[in-house]
Formats: sequence, structure tokens, C-alpha cells
Amino acid sequence: MAHDAGIDTPTADSGAGLGALDSGGVRRRDFINIAAVSAAGVSGLVVLYPLISQMAPSADVLAESSTEIDLAAIQPGQAIKALFRKQPLFVRNLMPEEIKKATDVDNNASEFSKLRDPQTLADRTKPGKQNWLITMGVCTHLGCVPLGAGPGEEMSRGAFGGYFCPCHGSAYDTAARIRKGPAPRNLEVPPYEFTSDTVVKIG
Amino acid sequence: MSFPWAKQYTPSHPAMVWLDERLPLPRLIYGAVGAGYEVPRNLNYFWNFGFMAGLCLVIQIVTGIVLAMHFAPNSAIAFDSTEHIMRDVNWGWLMRYGHSNGAALFFAVIYLHIFRGFYYGSYKAPREMIWLLGVVIFLLMMATAFMGYVLPWGQMSYWAAQVITGFFTAFPLIGDGLKEWLLGGFAPDNATLNRFFSLHFLLPFVILGVVILHIWSLHIPGSSNPTGVEVKSKADTVPFHPYYTAKDGWTVGLFMVIYGLFVFYMPNSMGHPDNYIPANPMQTPAHIVPEWYFWPFYAILRSFTQPLLFIPGKLMGVLAMFAAILVWFIMPWLDRSPVRSAKFRPLYRKFFWALVVDVLVLGYCGVSPPEQPYILLAQLATIYYFAHFFIIVPLVSSIERPEPLPFSITEAVLGHDGQAALAAKG
Repeated sequence: MAHDAGIDTPTADSGAGLGALDSGGVRRRDFINIAAVSAAGVSGLVVLYPLISQMAPSADVLAESSTEIDLAAIQPGQAIKALFRKQPLFVRNLMPEEIKKATDVDNNASEFSKLRDPQTLADRTKPGKQNWLITMGVCTHLGCVPLGAGPGEEMSRGAFGGYFCPCHGSAYDTAARIRKGPAPRNLEVPPYEFTSDTVVKIG
Repeated sequence: MSFPWAKQYTPSHPAMVWLDERLPLPRLIYGAVGAGYEVPRNLNYFWNFGFMAGLCLVIQIVTGIVLAMHFAPNSAIAFDSTEHIMRDVNWGWLMRYGHSNGAALFFAVIYLHIFRGFYYGSYKAPREMIWLLGVVIFLLMMATAFMGYVLPWGQMSYWAAQVITGFFTAFPLIGDGLKEWLLGGFAPDNATLNRFFSLHFLLPFVILGVVILHIWSLHIPGSSNPTGVEVKSKADTVPFHPYYTAKDGWTVGLFMVIYGLFVFYMPNSMGHPDNYIPANPMQTPAHIVPEWYFWPFYAILRSFTQPLLFIPGKLMGVLAMFAAILVWFIMPWLDRSPVRSAKFRPLYRKFFWALVVDVLVLGYCGVSPPEQPYILLAQLATIYYFAHFFIIVPLVSSIERPEPLPFSITEAVLGHDGQAALAAKG
């Protein structure tokens, strides 16, 4: 404190006076002050890092293996839910008229430009496998599971015939593209490959 | 602080004198919530909700600590341990119903406390800090209530965690990473449940700390009152104890009757049956709604269905929902009228009630399914909500002609005041 008069202690803010002056008016005590405060500050930040990082997904969560799905039993028009990274995955066998509904939008420039997240059905499926629509079953709004893939949900696919999120009313079309409601993006297409004609490996 | 005429703590028993010289805790309590705190004599029943809110916090902490002795914060057994509390633990049903209904009534009390603040202008100088700390308490309460709701790990718990942490994915670039960091995974799971339990245990004590700051800052200027006229003389005040301890005691009794009605006769009336289904990551409940105390904010979130000003609807919804509460922070500076109480502000009073109706409409839209006409109604109500704060309040405070204020609290109560007569003569 500056008022500690009588005690032979240099004050931090007065350049003149009691401390041993080096050249340029910098005192040793200033150096010690700055070094100590800096060390404490940096140490504090270093301790903060593990405290924040411990909340990120742990190694066992990150080590989720990929998932294999057998498509043989999925009839045209049918969709199933599988689990991928503890999140639902939709696998849908599109009917020809559903494919047509999606490609009609792709081929109509004015319709296509109106899409919120413009992608064609071809962008979202594998070549020659356009009937297999494989997406995450996680609404891009706030993460609910849209209706339309579970058993008995064929009537709840919303105004665009794809999927419908009951939480906040987002409607997806038959390419799982967002068409109406608050969701910003199309349902995410995870990385996947066909290991045979009827088996697909996700992840 | 206290008024010069406030009674001083004078211990008579030698043991209390001994204690007072070493740790003057009884003196602190005497001055804060005892006979040493002078309070305006004209407080109406709206001033009882602060005391009741404090009681609610104590009830929540006591029942919560008891529940934590039996609850297991692990996603494999959390649901079963909740049922174990309900069926097997002695009086476990009372503790859990007391805790869940206590939370809802805590919000009811807090909303009435906030209502009081808005109507009587309690946020105005020199009481801004009390108001700011109050908004902080409310935000902490919302976070605490949300994390507590997740703990039973039922369907509504799980999907509340999914939807509410989903808010953070609205932020560009960092959003997805932020959500994964909050959850400790890609979707709510054991890591999420465990950390929410830890934070749900911590936050009430943080709230308690901010409540102490809230009361501390209240004691600098002293309590506000329904006229909004500051205390002028000894005739304007009475000691907190016994006058307001007795009055608060009476409404605590009323509160307990209502609390008892819920806990003993309709303990699930404010809950959702879906939460008695164990969490299922593969199936979202058909109609997902938050607890009633979040409905108005939920309606604001949902009312942005299209991009606005090139900002995606989802981000706008999340920003608007947070802004709906954060705007309260600047209320002391939006409302520039020097008159505190709406009792003397004919124009503000009308708009105040319009806002109350607007919030009720938002609440109604929040619980309704996301379809027309509720979406349009919610959109209009959201526009009005923000117009109230950013346009109506500043405008009204500059054009309004308030009604004449009483000279003093005593004059307002008795119709005359010796001080007023003196002032008139002088």
C-alpha cells in the first residue's frame, strides 16, 4: 500500500524513491512483480485448459465403431431406424414416385433455387443406388427424431412426404431436404459405403 | 445501511455480548431481517413474494440434498433409482413430489416477484443493482431447473436435454463443437447426466450466494414501496420484525396450503406423463413441451420459422429467446420516467397490462402444437413483446404526464403528514 509510510518498502507505482534503480528507471522489484503476476496468470490459464477439456467427449465415446446394416429386408416405401454414434439413423428404400418427386425439384430451376439448403437427390445418394436414402434421424433444428421412419409412421411424413419433426414442425421432402419449418439444413448424410449389393457400412 | 432511527442491536445476556464482540453474526441478522431493518409501512401483499422465494430456495435445497442421498446419476440406473425413491425409500415420494412441485411453485412465486418489480418500477435508481442481481438469479434458476428436469432420465428429460443443448448448434462455426462439449458426446448420454447432476447440486448454492448479494444491495437504499416515494421520516417506516415477519408468516401459511394441495392431491398435474417412460434416443415424444414456466420463451423460440435479415430462423429463434430475458437487464435505462410506481403512470399502466396479456398469449402458443394459427399468433406476440421494451417503454416514459405523487408514504397512508405541513409552511 502507498500509505505504508515508515516501512522501508518501495511502492509499485512511484518510479522515484526507495528501490534500487537500474538504467532507464526500471527497478528489480518491477521485474519481479511483472514476472510473478505473469507466471500466476499463465499458470491459471494452463490449469483452466484441462478443466474445460475434461467436458469434451471422452475417448470411449469417440471410439464408437462403424455400423453395418443389411438392406435386404427393407421393402420399397419402407424405412428403418438404426443406431449410429448413439444417434438414430434413417435408412429408407424410396419408391419410384418418391424418387420422381425429389428429382422433379432437381430438374426445375426455379423450384430448386427456392430450397433452403440446395442439394439434389443425386448429391445425397450413391450413384445407381438412388432409392437408398440414408440420413441421420436428427432434426437439424434442435435434434429431435423426425417422424416417418418408425413402424406405423408412414402417415406422419408431413406435407412433403419425407419426414416430419413434431417438435417444432420442420418438414423434410423425399430427399430428406428441409422444405418448411425452422430447421436450417437438410438431414445430414453420414459417410457410408456399400460393401455389397445389400450391405451398407456407415462411418 | 439503515435509517438513523433504526434500532441498534444491544445484547443483554453476557454470552451474547461475548459473541457480539468476537463474531457479530446476530447483529448482522438483526440489522438485515430483524428489528433493526426499517421498512416502509405501506407495503402491500406483492412485497411478500421475496420472502416466499427465499423459503422456496430453502425447501428446494433441503429436499434436493435428501434426494441426492438416494439418486444414482448414471444413465443405466437413473430412471430406476428415481422409481426406487418413489416406491421404496421411506417418505421418498414426499421428498420427490415436494422437490418437483416446489420447483414449479418457486417459479410461480418468482414470476409474481418480477411482476411486482415491473409494475412498481422497483428497478429504478437507486435500486438497479438489486434488479440486475435478480435477473441473474432468474437465469441461474432456469439453468438449474432445466438440469434438474433431466435427472430422472425419462423421455421428456432426455429430449429436453437434446432440444435445449441443440440451441447452441445455432451458433455458426462453433455451434456443433459447443454442443458436443456441453453433452460430452454426440447425443445426451451418461456423461451428460452425470455432469448435469453435479451442476444441479452446485447451482442452488450459487443462487444462494447471489440472493445474499441481492439482499445486501437491497439494504443500501432500503425497500421500495407501492407509492414509489422514498422514505422521508420515521413515521414512514416500521421495523421488519415483528411487523413484516408476522405478515410474511401469514402468507407463508397460505403458500403451504397451496403447496400441500399440489404435493398431496395433484403431484403430477404440472408434470408430463411421458416422463414416466425411460429415455429412448430413438423416439421423440409426439408432443414435446417444456414445463409451464418456460412456455412463453419456448413460443418465442419457435416463432422464427424463416430466415430474417439473412440470419437463419433457428439462430434468430435462439437469439430472440435469450434476448427476451436479457432485455430485462437494461430495463432501468429503457424506462426513463422519474416516477416509479405504475399507480401514478396512467399510460404505462395500460401498456404494462398489455404486456402481461401478451406474455400469457405467448405461454398459450408455447404449449400449443407448432401449427397455424398458433405460429402466427406467437409471431405477433413476439413482435409486441420486443416492441414493448424497445419502443413503447422509452416512448411512454418521455411523453407521459404522471399523476401527482403524495408528499410522503405517511400522507399516502393517513391522508396527512406533519412533515408535509411543515414543508408547505417552509
